This record gives sequence, structure tokens and C-alpha cells, in this order.
Amino acid sequence: MSDKMTLNKSLLIPLGVFSLLVLFLALGFQLKNPHLLPSALINKPFPEFQLKDLHDSEKIRTLKDFSGEVALANVWGTWCPNCLIEHPELLRIATEEGISIYGINYNDDVDKAIAWLMRHENPYEFSVVDNEGILAIDLGVYGAPETFVIDRQGVIQFRYVGPVTHAVWQEKLLPVIEHLRRSESE
Amino acid sequence: MIPEFGHFALILALGLSLALAVLPAIGVVRQETLLMHSASSIAAGLFVFLLLSFFCLLTAFVQDDFSVTYVANNSNSALPIQYKAAAVWGAHEGSFLLWALIMSGWTLAVATFSGGLNLDMKARVLSVMGALSVGFISYLLFASNPFERSLPFYPPDGADLNPLLQDFGLIVHPPMLYMGYVGFAVPFSLAIATLTTGRLDAAWARWSRPWTNAAWAFLTVGITLGSWWAYYELGWGGWWFWDAVENASFMPWLMGTALIHSLAASEKRGVFKSWTVLLAISTFSFSLLGAFLVRSGVLTSVHAFAVDPTRGLFILIFLVLVIGGSLLLYAFKASGIKSQASYQWNSREAMLLVNNLLLVVATAAVLLGTLYPLLYEVLTDGRKISVGPPYFNRVFVPIVTLLFLVMVVAPHSRWKKTSSNLLVRQHWPYLVAAPFVAITITLMMGLALQWIAIGMETLALWILFLLARKWWLSEFRISSASYLGMLASHSGIAMAILGVVVTVYYSEGRDVRMAPGDVVTLSGYEFRLEGVSRVQGPNYVADQAEFHITKSDKEIAVLRPEKRYYSVAQNVMTEADIDPGLFRDLYVALGEPIGDSAWAVRLHVKPFVRWIWFGGLLVALGGFITLLDRRYRRITKTVGKLVAGVPA
Repeated sequence: MSDKMTLNKSLLIPLGVFSLLVLFLALGFQLKNPHLLPSALINKPFPEFQLKDLHDSEKIRTLKDFSGEVALANVWGTWCPNCLIEHPELLRIATEEGISIYGINYNDDVDKAIAWLMRHENPYEFSVVDNEGILAIDLGVYGAPETFVIDRQGVIQFRYVGPVTHAVWQEKLLPVIEHLRRSESE
Repeated sequence: MIPEFGHFALILALGLSLALAVLPAIGVVRQETLLMHSASSIAAGLFVFLLLSFFCLLTAFVQDDFSVTYVANNSNSALPIQYKAAAVWGAHEGSFLLWALIMSGWTLAVATFSGGLNLDMKARVLSVMGALSVGFISYLLFASNPFERSLPFYPPDGADLNPLLQDFGLIVHPPMLYMGYVGFAVPFSLAIATLTTGRLDAAWARWSRPWTNAAWAFLTVGITLGSWWAYYELGWGGWWFWDAVENASFMPWLMGTALIHSLAASEKRGVFKSWTVLLAISTFSFSLLGAFLVRSGVLTSVHAFAVDPTRGLFILIFLVLVIGGSLLLYAFKASGIKSQASYQWNSREAMLLVNNLLLVVATAAVLLGTLYPLLYEVLTDGRKISVGPPYFNRVFVPIVTLLFLVMVVAPHSRWKKTSSNLLVRQHWPYLVAAPFVAITITLMMGLALQWIAIGMETLALWILFLLARKWWLSEFRISSASYLGMLASHSGIAMAILGVVVTVYYSEGRDVRMAPGDVVTLSGYEFRLEGVSRVQGPNYVADQAEFHITKSDKEIAVLRPEKRYYSVAQNVMTEADIDPGLFRDLYVALGEPIGDSAWAVRLHVKPFVRWIWFGGLLVALGGFITLLDRRYRRITKTVGKLVAGVPA
């Protein structure tokens, strides 16, 4: 049999393609620590913006439209499956916890986004349209969904990448918000 | 105690799979018949212990044993019993146990129905399958054990199964899909075993065919059910989303389809042998790759219920060992394989080759689209991009259109060489009839003529007419089950094309605000909202709307879509209501309330949408029909004789 062990080089092509694939998968794997992203923006003011309101294209929203209370800013899109996963929790936070949530509709189609909110209910005080990713780039958005905790002065205090589930709310966001409320009422 | 039994059975199964991987292999090397014979009984033992383990987990679910973490996370005492059972494979750990169980089932099937294989070959195949089982079961034990307890502090009640998954679709969709994924391990193992012997003959191809067809048919059922489930349960009214997980099941299906055709050519004409072996390896590799993509969390999607780096790393290493090892073996051993037969450009062989190339290109396009966000992220140091349906539609549709063109002609071509005269004579009446019928039906249904749609419909009808002609000419008595299966599967594809094209081009949908008494007209149907009321379900409360739908003053249907609030899982679910029909679906979903008594409502009229799934099921049926072929049954008979003949 050993005389048949001659190697035809073209037969190595599949192996080469596969090795390349594995290399990328392994690199992509290294990259993934999706929930703990350092943000250069923590303790920095929320970036200024001038963007159209999703439901009223006549209206331009700016940072001044944030309420001055502790609030959440949430980056979302209809193309993002994880946004649907976190959606019920956002609705709960908006209604039961009484926290304002501002939506940043990122890289999306306005009509689709409006329809999506109609279908799944709207947890946002308002959403701004960020089709070119202007605000998203200022925020250093890594991918939707992302959620920022903003204090009364409009300073970003916390950033969470990935779907906000009930556990995430309990363990990550709520402690920050309670801390902010306490320290600010003092 | 029962979960511990299950855990213990799993450990024993790992031992047996190790034995199955090693003992028959030693038997082959030393040519000891006893060791080679041991493979079948070890395979049976492996199956029994995994089945036992599976039943232990099932019992834990049925008995509401919330001290088991997996049960506590995925069940609830108020959950209806059929969903408790289905919850066994509702999340990661349990679904992998099902995967391992199915793997052992296929292994046992090979051990039982392997009359046509000689002992040496059989031992090799089972040994390869045993080695695969070692990987799956150790993954279960070391990285995702479903029997782990959370003692001494465990929750009094479970967190409930995700309401999306509380559905008939969940009960049947994953098992079918896994039957397909794992089933491709059989042609894979046959290919590896054959490579180790260095003898690739027609017998090998004949042997691989029924197993490949069976696995492929199961996968087809799984994908079809998944698409149907997404349509009625996700509440979006779509039937395919190019989601990473859908792609993960679609890629092995495309490769499996190529494999089926290539095997036919290898068996009948002895061509493409080396290529077919590569396809057999690739098809199963895509199944494993799909598992990696879904389970590792490398790509996040709706389906990725487990995002855990250890698991991803484990699967990646497993992937490298199995696929890398096989391709290395292939590189060294396949050079000995020679295909002698010659053929011309218009022969059936050539058309099968084109079919294969197109399917592989289509798979590559899907793979690229699925992995592109990841590549981009790696290459740009963390910037994100998402690839959506626009990419897939633009790239995939032209490729499959070419494929369908080949599909029109190929089944009616001849081996070696087809006379061009014959082709022209066969086709021209249908090439005239098909667009005529497409246009007539479109006009009769009162739809606008859209030329791309007409073109695609023509293609589908052309395929259907020619297949019907074949059947007609044989006077409806086709003796070969393989041939009948091919006719059924091809017709199924043509039906699905019709469904897709008509749905895409002629669906009408609107998101509107409606108050009781309002009427909205869509494609001639009048949707009237009667009112919205509160309804109490077993584990939810719902707002239920009532729609009366009429056409030309005739009442067509009453639809009651719901907006459900699940109290335990704190989830809101949109439950669409559908009036299904052979030629059109009426679809109503309820959005949120707007102002006083008005609601956001989504209305759809989707013509021919059901044809997509009927087509899919017919495709699968074709795959199952081929299993009845006499040539394969002869193998089974031999098994019967062998079993009877061998003293216990």
C-alpha cells in the first residue's frame, strides 16, 4: 500500500480551506467577551446629537430632550434578534420601574422600525433615527443591543452590551441605578 | 436518585463508545473476527444506556424535580405535560443528550442493517461512529451535563419554558433536524472507513445512498417544520429569515443534496468518486460546523440559547480533530481513486456535475454571508456589521435560478450523451405551455403580471409538466422506487418554488390602526374588527380580538388573534390567527393598544404560502420513498438471513 501514498497536492485544498476557516473561528472566539466591554465613555457626558424623531420626522431631538432623571439609552434595530429578546424586559422596566428609556434606532428602516414597535409595543419615551450611525459612532457602539445608564447630569455611568434580561437588570443595571439615586438624593 | 442513574448511565455510555471506537479497530488491524463481531453488540449497549439516560431526564421533568438545575431553568409545575416532555430538548444540555441518543440510534441501525457489508468494513464503519460518539458524550459529561443538581438550595418552582417554545413545533422540529444532522454521520463514516481501506467501488456508493437519502429526508422535514413554525409562532408572518441558525441547517442540506446526486453518478457510472467522498465528508462537517456556530455563541441569534465559551472551545477542538483529520486522510488516500468513465457535455453526468458545482457555490455563498460579520469583526478589530436578507437574496437567488434551469433538463437527459434533437423535441411544447399557464392563472386570480414572477413560475411549471409527462408515459407504474422518489422530490421543489415566488410577489400586508367597527380591505378581502375582549388561558391572560373577514359580501372566516401575557416567565407573546387555504392564507396579528379602544393590527393576505411547506414535505417524502427501492431491500433481507443464521 505504501507505494500508493503519493500525495496529490490539489487534494490538500479542502484541508487548507478548512484551516483558514478554523483560524477565523478561533480568532472570532477570542474576540468574544461580549458583555464586558471597557468603555472610554464611562463618566463622560453623553455625546451631543441632532437626530430626527422616529415617529415624527419633522421633530429634531437633541440631548436636551433627556429628562434630567436617571434614565437608560438603548440602541436597537429591527434587524437585531437580541433586541426582541430584551424587549419584554425593557417594557417592564419602563412601566413597572418607571425608568425612562430613550431609543436609538440604529441602521434601520424607519417604516420597519415603526411597524416593529407597533407589533411588540413601545417602551421608549422616544426613539431617534440614527441611520448613518452618527450617534452610534460617537457612543462607540459595538453592536445592538447596547444599553447605557445616564445620570441626572447626562453623564454615562454604565454600559451594557447584549440583551437586557431580567437577571441583567437585577444584577447589573439596578445596583448602578439605585446607587445613583441614593448618592444624588444626598 | 433518578438523575444520578441518568448521570451514571451516561458515564457507562461513554465507556461503551470508547470500546466501540477501539475494539473493532484493533480487530481490523489484527484480523481477529471476534473483536470485529463485538461492534454490533457494543453499539446496541451504547444505544440502550443513552436511552436510559434520556428517560431519566424525562422522568426528572415529568416529576418536577427542580433540584436539577436544567429542569429548574426550563420547566414549571404549571406547564402542560406535553411541553414538560418536550422541554427535555428545549435548551442546550437536553438537546445535546437527544443528539447523542440519535447518534447511537443511527449507529445501531448501521449495525443491524449492514448485511451487504463485509465484516471488516462493518467493523471500520462502526468504529468511526463510536469515535464520534466519544466526542459527543464527553462533551455532554464535561461541558454540558443536564443532570447537575443545585443542592442544597434549589428553587421551589421552575422558571418555565420560553413561551415561544411552548408549541407543537418545538416537540417535533428539533428531533427531525437532529435525525438529519446526525444521520449524515453514516455516509461520513462510510467514506472514512472506505478511505482507510483504499478501495472505492460502486458498492460503496450503493451502500451510502439509502443512508444519505434517509438523513437528508429527515433534515428536509426538520427545516420545513422550522419554517412553518416561524411563520405561525414568531408572529412576523415571514417563513425564512436567513438567521444564522437557519443557515446552519440549510448548509448541510445543500451539501447533502449535492451528495445525493453525486452518489447517483458514482454508483451508476463510476464517475466523480473522489469528489463524492469529499462531499460525504463535507456534508457532515457542515452539520458539526452548524452545531459549533449555534452552540458557541460566536454568532448570536434568537436560537443561541447557550452562550458559553468553554463549550465553544470544546466543539472547536472536536471540529478540528474530526474534520481536519478526515481531510488529511482524504488528501493522502484519495489520490489512489480513479474514475474511468468518459462522458459528453450534454450527458447526465455533466449535468449532475453542474448541479454539484452550483450547490457548492450556493453553500459557499450562504457560509460567507453567515460568517462575514465574524470575519469583518476579526479583520477590523471589533467593528460590527450585520448581513441580512438583502445579501442572501441577491447572491443566492441567481445561483438557484441557474440550478432550476439545470433541473428542468437533467432528469430527462441520458447517461454518457444526450442527443440535442431529443432535448429540443422533448421540451418545446412545455416551454410554450408553461408561460401560457402561468400568465392565464395569474390573470384569472386577478393579479398583476410581474415578469420576474412569471419567469420563475414558468420554470417551476416546466419542471412539473415534464415530470408529469414521465409519470404519464410510464402509465403511472414506475417500478423503481428510487426513480419515483426523484420524481416526488423534484415536484416538491417545483411546488416550493411556486409557493415562494407567488408569496413574495403577490402578498399584501399592512400595519394599520383599527377600532371596533373599522373595516380594512386587502386583496379584495374585507377585514372587520368586531371587538377586543379579555380571555384567561392556563398560564396566561390574553387580549383577544375578533375579526370577521368577508369577500364580495360572503363571510370567509372569523379570526381571533391574541396578545398573551405569561405571568411566570413575564413574557408578552403575539399569537397570530390564520385562516389557511390551499391558494391563500389570511393572517391577522394583534399589536399594542393605541388610544381609546383602537389597536395596532397587522394584516396579511399571502397567496400560495402553504405550497412552500407542502413542497418541502413532498421533497422529504421523495427521499423516504427511495428507501423502498428493491436493491436496498435485498440488503435488509440478507441481514434477516444472517441474523437467523448466526448462532447466538
